[in-house]
Amino acid sequence: MEGKTIMEASHAVSEAVKSVKPGVVAAYPITPQTHIVERISEFIANSEMDCEYIRVESEFGAISACLGASATGVRTYTSTAAQGLALMHEVLFIASGMRLPIGMTVANRALSAPINIWNDHQDSISARDCGWIQFYAETAQECYDLTIMQFRISEDKRVLLPSMVCLDGFTLTHLYEPVYILPQRKVDEFLPEYKPYHSILDPEQPLTLGPIGFPSHYMELRYSQVKALDDSINVIKEVFDEFSDSFPPEIENSRPERYYHVEDYKLEDAEIAFVAMGSVCGTIKVMVDRLRKKGERVGLLKLITYRPFPKNAIIDSLRGVKKVAVLEKAISPGGNGPVFDEIRSLFYDEMERPEIRDFIIGLGGRDVTFMHIKKIYDMVKNDKGEGLEWIF
Amino acid sequence: MAILGLPEEEYFSYGHRACAGCGAALAVRLITKAAGRNSIIVEPTGCIEVVSTPYPETAWKLPWVHGAFENAASIASGVTSALKHLGKEDVNVIVIAGDGATYDIGFGHLSGAFERGHNFTYICYDNEAYMNTGIQRSGATPYAASTTTTPSGKESIGKQEWKKDLVHILAAHGSRYVATASIGYQIDAYKKIKRAIETKGPTFVNLLATCPTGWRTDISKSIEIAKLAVDTGVFPLYEIVDGRHIVNRPKSIEELKPVEEYLRMQGRYRHLFRPERNEEAINFIQQRVKENLRSLLEHVEKGL
Amino acid sequence: MINFENIKLKVNDKEITIGAVLESNGSVSNLKTGAWRSKRPVTNLEKCTGCGVCWSLCPEGCIVKRDNGKFETNLDYCKGCGICANECPTNAIEMLMEEK
Repeated sequence: MEGKTIMEASHAVSEAVKSVKPGVVAAYPITPQTHIVERISEFIANSEMDCEYIRVESEFGAISACLGASATGVRTYTSTAAQGLALMHEVLFIASGMRLPIGMTVANRALSAPINIWNDHQDSISARDCGWIQFYAETAQECYDLTIMQFRISEDKRVLLPSMVCLDGFTLTHLYEPVYILPQRKVDEFLPEYKPYHSILDPEQPLTLGPIGFPSHYMELRYSQVKALDDSINVIKEVFDEFSDSFPPEIENSRPERYYHVEDYKLEDAEIAFVAMGSVCGTIKVMVDRLRKKGERVGLLKLITYRPFPKNAIIDSLRGVKKVAVLEKAISPGGNGPVFDEIRSLFYDEMERPEIRDFIIGLGGRDVTFMHIKKIYDMVKNDKGEGLEWIF
Repeated sequence: MAILGLPEEEYFSYGHRACAGCGAALAVRLITKAAGRNSIIVEPTGCIEVVSTPYPETAWKLPWVHGAFENAASIASGVTSALKHLGKEDVNVIVIAGDGATYDIGFGHLSGAFERGHNFTYICYDNEAYMNTGIQRSGATPYAASTTTTPSGKESIGKQEWKKDLVHILAAHGSRYVATASIGYQIDAYKKIKRAIETKGPTFVNLLATCPTGWRTDISKSIEIAKLAVDTGVFPLYEIVDGRHIVNRPKSIEELKPVEEYLRMQGRYRHLFRPERNEEAINFIQQRVKENLRSLLEHVEKGL
Repeated sequence: MINFENIKLKVNDKEITIGAVLESNGSVSNLKTGAWRSKRPVTNLEKCTGCGVCWSLCPEGCIVKRDNGKFETNLDYCKGCGICANECPTNAIEMLMEEK
């Protein structure tokens, strides 16, 4: 398969995973990720992928098997959502601490209780402290592109950290969109075969992986891991640039012209800016266009890279904006929306600070419509309401 | 070169931080000798992991990986699959895990790995409690043993439940070789581990390893006690090969030594003797031990 | 093959490795655990038959075979558990209190 086609974003991810040629895939089914791994199983069954697929007994088993496979020196992939990601929680930290470049797709879904299979970001946002690189995709094309790029980034010797590409469950995973699938040989050029840089399980070179880290050494080891995640922002930019140079967009409006940590949409002279992640940005962009037609000076800042948090990119993009509305599909109970807190904190030391407001939208798959966006815009423009608002 | 049939080469170095008289440390020496150079060791959190890898030092001379407490079998599944992908299926994958990781928190993942049929060997060094965290009870702790979470007292006999029969559970998964072993019979243990490694598919050996700290025993008697566990029938040595039982030792009810000889040597059973002798409990243990052996021997008789 | 030199780094003047990876070289032997013991094994070489039982049961693996086929303990690492003395078939090993 190569060239332009129309497919579900889930299947676009499966195509990307096929093209990166992992050695081991270990996954456990959970709605709405299932289409991704089912298609991968089909590829393997039809010899389109030379890969070992471990049908594990739980997501904990999945991420653990990935840890073992990656430690053995093989490119490894898994995918999950919500409860599955929560179940993996312990091992997410371990995989990052061991610096294993595992690739994962998260089909964003709300967390129990109450149990809910529809989209919001609570699952991956709750995992933001585990030391994984996080990307959020708006379109099927971005899902495909980011899945290829994430392996290149994770496996870079300056990074050596696991990464997750997040796409909205159902709202994006099950959405049919035009996608351009790259020719395999081009992907091979962009993403060479995986060669472990720092750890391997091989009787030819016996290494000890995962020792106990006493207080005498833990802090230094942690520092080096955290620094690698912080510094990965530069490697991510390099890879984004190389990808954008090698593969310009083939389908209009399917992805940014040049990939970057953020995407600016009509921000140049904006007085009011929305900030959001994921597929809701598509809805917001249409609303921005409508408002612009009425003469409103409004734009959207879409975050693509969330971890490491792209501080400079955000400050640059929001320069000159007077009011910022952060729209997010997650909440830190007892606190604020997480993205809001991080953005507001970013501006604390800046000479010029916009007003920043926090809006909680779309939890548990609640549809986010033009009405919601318009309501938020009006509230911000006319200074209605105060503090954190839930937009039901 | 071999001594008593055991290869001379050591893959687990002295200088490790285990207690004096540690049965598990000896177990690791035996296991790694059986495994040999062409092996990868997967280890969950536990005594051995902690005493063997005090960063920046390691006791190991083999490739070794530790992830978390409950997922050694899952990690091993990933390792075997990766090796298959790399065309290196001749490398032995051995899990060396404590009973806590195996019987309790890792049980589901162990079952999954066995059900999927990965080619690896799982050796449980069974010291019958969560020893590294301070002697708390596990599913492998025997009836009436006093642990810090099942302490003996006015209202308590110690652990109320009989030891979980993990060996038969794993045999039921269709494993071609499961066995019990004891450091008290170290050559037998070595041979069984070797056989488990050489048998294709998932295999399991439950290796009794005395913990003088947790069992409250004389550090010089770790081997003697592990032998007595077998000779009294408390921990009989048997194998299930392609679904059929073989009982190694003891071979008959008549040759059983009284369980009391075994219990008396251990502080964790002290409350069965002092301040008063608990006849009921000792008899209960004796009867149950005889029944278990009888059942095993019947299986052999009937070719089961 | 990993180039182990590439994964060494210094943080806060301390040498560490990426992902806490170590070479499996038995480096715990830097610690001479012999300092832990209160009793020391002494082997009567006349009684020793070189059977190897002590060697096979030492939790430390610190009993070595001499050229003459008999066994002796590496006292740098012996923790003094006394298993060897307890199990020796000819009672060739005696545990003596360390005098300090």
